Amino acid sequence: MPRRIDPEGATLSFTFEGRRIEARAGDSVAAALTAAGIRDLRDSAVSGQPRGIFCMMGACFDCLVEIDGQPNRQACMIPVTEGLTVRRQRGAAEVHP
Amino acid sequence: MTQQTIPFADLVVIGAGPAGMAAATEAAKAGLSVTLLDEAPAPGGQIYRGIETAGPRRLQILGPDYAEGRSLADSFRASGATYLAGALVWNIGTDRVIDYSHQGVSHQLRAGAIIAATGALERPMPIPGWTLPGVTTVGALQILLKGSGVVAEDAVLVGSGPLLWLLAAQMVDAGCPPRAVVENLPRGRTRAALPHLLRALRARSYLAKGLALMRKVKAAGVPIHRHASGLAVEGADAARALVFAVGGRTQRIETTSIALHQGVVPNQQVTRLMLADHRWDAGQHCFRPVLDAHGQTSVPGLYVAGDGAGIGGARAAALQGRLVALSITGGDPARIVRLRAALARDAAIRPFLEALYAPAPEVLAPADDTIICRCEEVTAGTIRATVDLGAPGPNQVKSMLRTGMGPCQGRVCGLAVAGIIAARKGEDPQVTDYYRIRPPLKPIPLAELAGFAPGIAAE
Repeated sequence: MPRRIDPEGATLSFTFEGRRIEARAGDSVAAALTAAGIRDLRDSAVSGQPRGIFCMMGACFDCLVEIDGQPNRQACMIPVTEGLTVRRQRGAAEVHP
Repeated sequence: MTQQTIPFADLVVIGAGPAGMAAATEAAKAGLSVTLLDEAPAPGGQIYRGIETAGPRRLQILGPDYAEGRSLADSFRASGATYLAGALVWNIGTDRVIDYSHQGVSHQLRAGAIIAATGALERPMPIPGWTLPGVTTVGALQILLKGSGVVAEDAVLVGSGPLLWLLAAQMVDAGCPPRAVVENLPRGRTRAALPHLLRALRARSYLAKGLALMRKVKAAGVPIHRHASGLAVEGADAARALVFAVGGRTQRIETTSIALHQGVVPNQQVTRLMLADHRWDAGQHCFRPVLDAHGQTSVPGLYVAGDGAGIGGARAAALQGRLVALSITGGDPARIVRLRAALARDAAIRPFLEALYAPAPEVLAPADDTIICRCEEVTAGTIRATVDLGAPGPNQVKSMLRTGMGPCQGRVCGLAVAGIIAARKGEDPQVTDYYRIRPPLKPIPLAELAGFAPGIAAE
């Protein structure tokens, strides 16, 4: 389980799959989920295998989640703001015409 | 609706790492109109990530080399350059009109000149099980530390390179040492690097730092396994253990966090998009853009500074950023000479590091059942079979297998796919070449694209 080494930043909260997650100002969604011990962020698009963070710098697209109803968001590139609704992404995102 | 003039800047810099910040600062001070576009919410790039917000505890753990980034960021903020944080460049035309996304809306910007300062990516290190949750890059763990003060407990750091030892030492200082360091260099690397030692002594501060990092990790009692091979991650739904062999003896370390590293390579997305010429660099085992003495690519008006031009590290990146900006602005020749001399001194360490930390042969020749393209879940064996069917290069393999066609657009798998094809065909990677990179450089929502009306302003 990861741990925080300093008390910097104001406390924020958001939800992941309905569970309340505490974050610090400046955290990306992926960093806050990692700090909360959550490793499994989505099912892969081809075989449905679980995936989590990998590069944390916006390159690999492994941390794709649904944020406030929009799929395919890079959790590592989105700063946490108060009250975000984050959901695990299952397979490829659907396109609604 | 009316026709709208596209906003213009003398210089557009892409990326706010050391190269981008230094280039934008120099050019703005010389009186150019400068806009810097960067995807992150704050300046620093990856190397100085969180530099404006890191408090005393984090600065102490990350060390003086990291803290150096603060003055770069301060000068950049004070330079008068326009800074757009959270701006994603998704296309650049040959007329140097840049399409970028900012706060969910796409805009255009015309550039007199462009400096791509988009830095480096970690080299792909495909091993069995590397897609399981809990497996990250070493860079990812360091980003968690820099940006959020989050440190993985129990992490096993696997692979090779300066960053691996730097992070291990930083984790020791954070009071959360890694569970183990597993180095995958074959025997004989020290001997291979020795001929470059004399030259490396010109940049001896790097040697001293590296040795100090290794000593710190060792003194903290972190188990260090050298010459490991046969690396694999075990686990069903998440990483549970790392297995490897040393000297024919198989070992297994149970852990929930495994971080891989095999050096860094230039991020080619922008220079490939613009069809700049690239050359295979056998010393660094990667492609780098062909540059003239001023840092200009084969595409007029497109310059590269920093690790995107070939790996040189943060200090070299800042020097290159200044040099490229001074070339564009016609800066003081005496200063250019001094900066070039400093850059040459700094680069003296590179041949030694490149010989010591060249990627392990095992990483360059993954087993057939190892996934190479993480997005589309394509294995090394499938790529080899497709080459055997006659696919001549990465773009044909991409057409047939979708490698590099997922959301990462080849950022992770590109060099591995090209390397596997080159090895299968027995040809030089220069001949095999690389993916053709196409816009959008990163996916943007269809609704945003639909609302994008270049050159037209709604009334």
